[in-house]
Amino acid sequence: MILTPIQTLIMIIAIALGSMLTRFLPFVLFPETKAPSQKLIFLGQALPPAMMGLLVVYCLKDIKLVSTPYGLPELLAIILIVVLHKWKENVLISIGLGTIFYIILLNFVFI
Amino acid sequence: MIDERPSIDTIKKEIRLVFPYTIPVLTGFLILGMTYGLLMQTKGYNAFYSTLMSMLAFCGSMQFVAIALLTTIFDPLQAFLLSFMVNARHIFYGLAMLNKYKGMGKIKNFLIFTLCDETFSIISSMDIPASIKPKSFYFYTSLLNYLYWISGTLMGGLLGKMIVVDIRGLDFVLTALFVVLFLHQMKRKENQLYGYLGIIVTLVWLVILGPKNFIIPSMITILLVLVIKERAL
Repeated sequence: MILTPIQTLIMIIAIALGSMLTRFLPFVLFPETKAPSQKLIFLGQALPPAMMGLLVVYCLKDIKLVSTPYGLPELLAIILIVVLHKWKENVLISIGLGTIFYIILLNFVFI
Repeated sequence: MIDERPSIDTIKKEIRLVFPYTIPVLTGFLILGMTYGLLMQTKGYNAFYSTLMSMLAFCGSMQFVAIALLTTIFDPLQAFLLSFMVNARHIFYGLAMLNKYKGMGKIKNFLIFTLCDETFSIISSMDIPASIKPKSFYFYTSLLNYLYWISGTLMGGLLGKMIVVDIRGLDFVLTALFVVLFLHQMKRKENQLYGYLGIIVTLVWLVILGPKNFIIPSMITILLVLVIKERAL
């Protein structure tokens, strides 16, 4: 522990404030009492799929394509998840088997 | 209608209904939370500090970044700004949720306080079963995910190396969750264009800027494209 307890608490509060500002800002800027504009309603529909796309890429950001295993475990596991999901349409099966497959690839195949 | 207190039976029934939706988050958050608690421990910050951080800031990746900030000179302003930037994607979650979280009354601030990647993904992508009120579905999803993260942190901080489940790759469960919820979004024809937009814009900025600085430019580009698109509609 490099900081003093008080300094640590202040740091925790500073980080919490930064995080909470991002969460509360939209709700403060557009309170319920104001009728939502056409633009906001459209954003409410279009942002979720766009942000899911962003999150998928975000999770894969640290993959190194130029060195072993070239992102292959991730690629193969995601292919399995897509196939399973098209076939069974069961969220837990897709996620569970996809994750187990990835763990096997990472620990036993691409060592 | 008066917001009457639900009976214990109703609460149990609703939690039982919501729980399966949160199992992937349970797995991911316990593992990552424990890792976080343990890492803080090794830097000299015991379970009190790591758990307090998880309870107040509740922002997975930024908390890991913050470990570095806690082991250098004291600079709360820098910490605040960095936290705002790393967490900027929450702004879009809020924008997308303005309508859904309308009229939530007393629990609204809690829903906003706990709006993380995983909770946003589940609430915005899943079809809510008819047997549960949307309000209860939002509340229990948010609450359970929040508790998973705090419990994981507490366990990691208290038990330290004794229990750490060291299965390499288990944290992929959260990537898998996002992939599946992305597929859910893409089932709707009218969503497909925006799903591809999110993937392509983010990939392009990742290639150009590298893995440290690509999120905010990606968000701004997505927002610009959507605003222009809306005008053209």
